[in-house]
Amino acid sequence: MKKLIVLCLAVLLVAFSPANKGYEVGDKVTDFKLKNVDGKMVSLADYKDAKGFIVIFDCNTCPVSKAYNDRIIGLNEKYASKGYPVVAINPNSPEVSAGDSFDEMVRYARKKGYEFAYLYDESQEVIRRFGPTNTPHVFVLTRSGSDVKVAYIGAIDDNTRDASAATKRYVEAAVDELIAGKPVTTTRTKAVGCGVKLKSA
Amino acid sequence: MFPGRVGLAAGILTVAALSMWRCAGTRHEPKVVGLETLQSIIASPGQEVLVINFWATWCAPCVKEMPLLEELGKNRDDVRVILVSMDLDLDPDPAKVISFAEAKHIKSRIFILDAGDPNEWINKIDSSWSGALPATLFVDGRTGRRLLIEKELHKGDLEELITRVQSDPEIVL
Repeated sequence: MKKLIVLCLAVLLVAFSPANKGYEVGDKVTDFKLKNVDGKMVSLADYKDAKGFIVIFDCNTCPVSKAYNDRIIGLNEKYASKGYPVVAINPNSPEVSAGDSFDEMVRYARKKGYEFAYLYDESQEVIRRFGPTNTPHVFVLTRSGSDVKVAYIGAIDDNTRDASAATKRYVEAAVDELIAGKPVTTTRTKAVGCGVKLKSA
Repeated sequence: MFPGRVGLAAGILTVAALSMWRCAGTRHEPKVVGLETLQSIIASPGQEVLVINFWATWCAPCVKEMPLLEELGKNRDDVRVILVSMDLDLDPDPAKVISFAEAKHIKSRIFILDAGDPNEWINKIDSSWSGALPATLFVDGRTGRRLLIEKELHKGDLEELITRVQSDPEIVL
């Protein structure tokens, strides 16, 4: 009986343990090649002039993502020309969330007029490497030579329901500091969001 | 004689009404609470296992797993289920939560958390929680052991996780 309990608990431990903790601040990021909504494959190395990236794990279906949609477009407008373009990646598997299929991503990006890459990770390998937990979840990356490192992980700002009432704009603060050549003050934040819907391994 | 009969009838009616009320379960109106109230609830589980589910009306997997939590609360005297809504994060009006609870006849206690910037309070509830929904916190009142699970729960998961939070740490590890 005791053996059975131990076995059951071992199975549980595997079933409920987080699959991967993902990147931490300071970690070196491995480049990837993922399909964009325009059908072309995109790598970080393709952005010749970028000093870094605002990688945002985002999707079509999450109400929190929807609340941040204009703010994400705004981040790209503000920072792409300063060397920090937005690169959005959909972390949800269409097997779990039908509204997050590649075709729906294409439709969504067109409707919203995305001028940044919105990438699909069919194998979910890149997602597991980064380890986003919710949408939208931001990873600000900084590049020096061929080295790309994580500088910030977390929320866009401190007010989901009202952009104008946000008092702490975490991503803007981090990118502004990086552009100024300063260390990032707040490197990790948390926000309420929709859990990432990975396909079962 | 007559008043006695009335008294008896009234007594029977009262018992009948009370038992009907009990069968229907005690329904509470969802209540808006601050962080300190929630923290004190988590800190004083009594002898039961507290199952605190973090959800929102806009979270599809949360709504999907809710009947399992309702069932658990109904079936187990040693478990107390509390549903903590995160709706105010997106919409300042709690009306949506109140009408949801009414329409779905939710019997579990519902608290609507009003605590401002999530970055300031998520770690105070549980540092292992990313803030993703749904999330469920299990607190064993007898041992004080805690377990936070950040995923949609399916049939049987709640019972297994309760066993896990109650069990000997040596066996788990």
